[in-house]
Amino acid sequence: MALLDKYAPLLVQYESLEATGYNPFNVAFDDVVSPTEAVIGDRRILLLGTNNYLGLTYDPAVIAASVGAAQELGVGTTGSRLANGSYGGHRQLERALADFYGRKHGMVFSTGYQANLGILSALAGKDDHLILDADSHASIYDGSRLGHAQVTRFRHNDPDDLDNRLRRLAGTAGDKVIVVEGIYSMLGDTAPLREFVEVKRKWGAYLVVDEAHSLGVLGENGRGLVETAGVEADVDFVVGTFSKSLGGVGGFCVSDMDGFDILRVASRPYMFTASLPPSVIAGVMEALRQLRARPALRHQLLDNARRFHAGLADLGFTLCSEANPVVSAVMPDPKTAFTFWSRLLEGGLYTNVSLPPATPKGLALLRSSVSAAHTPAQIDQALSLFAETGRALGLIPAASGSTVVPDLCVAAQ
Amino acid sequence: MEQTRELVFGVLRSSLQNPIELSDDTNITEGLGLDSVAVMDFVMEIEDAFDISIPLDRIAEVKTIGDLVATVHDLKGKS
Repeated sequence: MALLDKYAPLLVQYESLEATGYNPFNVAFDDVVSPTEAVIGDRRILLLGTNNYLGLTYDPAVIAASVGAAQELGVGTTGSRLANGSYGGHRQLERALADFYGRKHGMVFSTGYQANLGILSALAGKDDHLILDADSHASIYDGSRLGHAQVTRFRHNDPDDLDNRLRRLAGTAGDKVIVVEGIYSMLGDTAPLREFVEVKRKWGAYLVVDEAHSLGVLGENGRGLVETAGVEADVDFVVGTFSKSLGGVGGFCVSDMDGFDILRVASRPYMFTASLPPSVIAGVMEALRQLRARPALRHQLLDNARRFHAGLADLGFTLCSEANPVVSAVMPDPKTAFTFWSRLLEGGLYTNVSLPPATPKGLALLRSSVSAAHTPAQIDQALSLFAETGRALGLIPAASGSTVVPDLCVAAQ
Repeated sequence: MEQTRELVFGVLRSSLQNPIELSDDTNITEGLGLDSVAVMDFVMEIEDAFDISIPLDRIAEVKTIGDLVATVHDLKGKS
């Protein structure tokens, strides 16, 4: 048996997607021309699946900061901060993040994935407990394994279920660390943070909130769901990424916890990875400045999200959340999701297909992410393609006029 | 142990969409066609049925339904 034979079933699935000529997991853009447009072959593609929430990837000031840093400081750091030293920018960005969140400490990681790996594996060791929302991102699950913590899942967004599971763990040794997300990346729904905070207090647990999809999106100042819910004092750690609303790459954690900096010599994903290059740090620093200085970006984003969400609901699609920049339409099965996705791409619209086990409840989803950089005309163009495709596949009624029924997400499992 | 087995099989049957012949030797992923998340969801049902906590690392050791019954029995005994 050859080494990779164990992937035979996966290979069959992958090759059948390749054979269609449209493999959603192997899309290559020949050119990307703006936060909302790319080119494949001779076709212009409208981008509606890139998590580029504030559209800052082409912002002239962000580009200038990034280019300037590359010219001054070179293109790479060639090593980890622990072994090879920090650049001034690394520390400045950590201070800027701590200042933005009003926290004492900030720590920067080389990707958002590694931020979860680095924080969770360092916070919870072999004798501690991580209590995860069942719909947590893969990086949260992987981070839990890296630290050898005891891992318990609770039902998605269910404070009573969390309470019940903490009750069962009450007699056990070790710290209890609860992990939830702000906006969930697949369904686009948000966590009931106030209720989670009550449960956290009741059992003396710690709380980590991953704001990957909600930084710069939610909150009066863009500080995410924790700000919206008014629970900043009760959230012990906020984790996030630079690769969505900040348009770069990298991850971070902020906290008020005394002794936080010891994690720099305890967190393996922090210690044994090359640090972010100066151009990325400078670009993210400028993007963070823009996020703070231009609340209009966030307002535009939410206007666009509401326009798209309401448009899909009116057409009769089954959606799984309130109007957030992540908008997922439930497809009856994976095959229909692929067909829908490829027809949209043929029509010039790029979205995402999300399938189990990456999705909750076995749902097949057609996922879109809206940007502040989309024009209303682009949103309407996307809606018209969704309408055309949905009708052609018999998924929505010929005439519009249906409404969102959130419970359908549960019924569809 | 027999009681535990009955209850585990019962929870499993009610979680499966299609009826499948179940035995102690049935492999949970291959035999039941469950993906990794479906297995974890099923384990949550078992936790509730027995009012116990089954840490995910214990699930990693579980291959067959018989293994699961033994794990549940073990954890139930400690609670």
